[in-house]
Amino acid sequence: MSDFLRLKERRIMNHQQLIAELAGIKDRLTGIDETSNKRLYLNCKAEDSFAVNKFIFEHVGARFLIATGIDAEDCFEVLYHFSYDQTGCVITVKARIDDRQKPSIESISTFLPAAEWIEREIHDLFGIEIINHPDMRRLILSDDWPEGVHPLRKRVPAEAAQEKEK
Amino acid sequence: MKKQVLQNKPVIAVGPFHPLQEEMEFYQLTVDGEIVTDIDVRISYNHRGIEGISETLQYDQVPFLVSRICGICSASHPLAYVQAVEELAGVKLPERALYVRTIINELERIHSHMLWVGLAGHFIGYDTVFMWAWRYREPVLDLLEEMTGNRNNYGNVKVGGCREDIPDETVPKILRDLDLIEKKTDMLTKAVLDDPVIHARLKGVGTLTNEDAVRYAVTGPTARGSGVAIDVRRDDPYAAYDDLDWNVIVREEGDVFAKAVVRLLEIMESVKMLRQAVRKLPKGPVATEVKSIPPGEAVGRAEAPRGETFHYVRSDGGNRPIRHKVRAPSYVNVPSFKASCIGQHIADVTITLAAVDPCYSCTERLAVVDGHDKIIHDWRNLLKLSREKTSRIREEL
Amino acid sequence: MNWKIWSLKKSPWVFHVNTGACNNCDIEIVNLLTPKFDVERFGIKLVGSPRHADALLVTGVVTRQAAPRLLEVYRQTPKPCVVFAVGACACETGIFHNGYHVAGPVDKVIRQIDPNAIIAYVPGCPPKPEAMISGVVKALSVL
Repeated sequence: MSDFLRLKERRIMNHQQLIAELAGIKDRLTGIDETSNKRLYLNCKAEDSFAVNKFIFEHVGARFLIATGIDAEDCFEVLYHFSYDQTGCVITVKARIDDRQKPSIESISTFLPAAEWIEREIHDLFGIEIINHPDMRRLILSDDWPEGVHPLRKRVPAEAAQEKEK
Repeated sequence: MKKQVLQNKPVIAVGPFHPLQEEMEFYQLTVDGEIVTDIDVRISYNHRGIEGISETLQYDQVPFLVSRICGICSASHPLAYVQAVEELAGVKLPERALYVRTIINELERIHSHMLWVGLAGHFIGYDTVFMWAWRYREPVLDLLEEMTGNRNNYGNVKVGGCREDIPDETVPKILRDLDLIEKKTDMLTKAVLDDPVIHARLKGVGTLTNEDAVRYAVTGPTARGSGVAIDVRRDDPYAAYDDLDWNVIVREEGDVFAKAVVRLLEIMESVKMLRQAVRKLPKGPVATEVKSIPPGEAVGRAEAPRGETFHYVRSDGGNRPIRHKVRAPSYVNVPSFKASCIGQHIADVTITLAAVDPCYSCTERLAVVDGHDKIIHDWRNLLKLSREKTSRIREEL
Repeated sequence: MNWKIWSLKKSPWVFHVNTGACNNCDIEIVNLLTPKFDVERFGIKLVGSPRHADALLVTGVVTRQAAPRLLEVYRQTPKPCVVFAVGACACETGIFHNGYHVAGPVDKVIRQIDPNAIIAYVPGCPPKPEAMISGVVKALSVL
């Protein structure tokens, strides 16, 4: 059993200590934005998101909230939101997926069962492939919903034109 | 490793035994004899595509949409959303707005927990508890109707404050009804905590360990009943909560009994908070004007009766959100049934599922299959088993 | 008067179907049973199977996943039966009208298999329990 589960033994950090602790993952991040002392955004590339999320969950000891898929038109983003309850800080890991043709990201539910559902949902709504997910069945779209149609994707003109041609 | 789980059964299930089993979800339990060995659920029946609709609405129209995500977290969702937008706009709210929001939200917590107590009573065969708990919700609903115009969808918050103020003549009514609620809840709590049959029926049942509570990232009374001491009102305070004197209720055992105790005691805490909030209610406006939302992203959260509601909003400077993510507490609480139901007796399934207080009772379509994929029980049977177990315990004691 | 209709009017047994509602309407329906409204004194009984029902109380916007299930319930309900579309969502989808997963409203879905279905509308968000009782009584008095 990994040591993250011994919650009570993990040291409680204040905000400055929390920021200092992020040095452990700094080489995987492309940027850090602090909009307030309760809102922290850690930018990274999709390839590094697994390691960053694992660090935030197991090493920092933050609680997973949810993940948000976003079609940002020039790329896809998957935001993983965590809460560091000791200071009330919401830490959001923003993973950027540049490949719009075949977007994919590694599943974090291998160490975090709480993420299983939301990863399936992100796949349903955005068509992002979730690698190594233990159970990739359809979650929230109906049984008769057509394959390959992802309702929360933006209608980016070039892609919309391609779809018309099909 | 792909899971081999049964896909949608050809059974169009026999209807709910009782309308208390409301929402359509399709649960499949696999059993070995009388013990649950696996559980899975097919959701989607309730998916209305709210996040997609949000992107077509203007910022001040969205609260009306999100208060209809769920009937009993109907104050928390718009509150979390407007808090996210207010964070984006960098606006400071008048004091009175914060207090009015607190009052509405705590009243909602009271009637939601009462609803749950009634439901739990019904599942284990205590229908008097059901009738009583729902009877004493009514004064709260009447108060809310007087203040906001509706018993359920309050439509009370907007970006920048509240849409309506609490009239002065309502204040003494609130205090008077709080006295009544406190008295009745106290009576109900003592009845529950002292009843040996309820102890035997609920203790040690549907236990969610502290470890699993963390791995499944549960929230609300589901977490606090398993020793995870989190509460957004204290950890990331909003509205007027950091001006009030109150306690976070935590229990360590993680079973259904612990969750029931947490909810009952939270009603009492809410009464305490409401009395303070009503007495300290400052004078002044209840809203401030917000002209535009700058580009950026922000997060808003609120402690709904079921747990933490979380909203994420991204803006590009226009008058509609370009992304609005909604997370209801049940989204993380319901999957924890994997940890709390497996290993349980089938007679305990109904109450274990209900203990998470799914929004709302996602236990309508439920089928129990044996190892050969044959359906052997439906919801009606499971409810019957649950009540029979209570009768057996009563006879033994 | 046909005795079936007479007994339906005297003591309508209702079956509740949630087709993707936020539960406000559903909770108000359950409130009908509680002491303040106590709808059983009018002979209105909530039953556990569509096969025993005279009327269906349908809430919710009818999502795509729920639509086939609603149709199945309607088929199982013996005719004559009254379908009550309870709430703004069931009446005309309300605020969810442009949702991508919405198949409703209730009348559109039910009329796919029965163009002559008897449908009564109880608007509100949610309709108050008094409104629901009044709606049921009004609809039945017209039969």
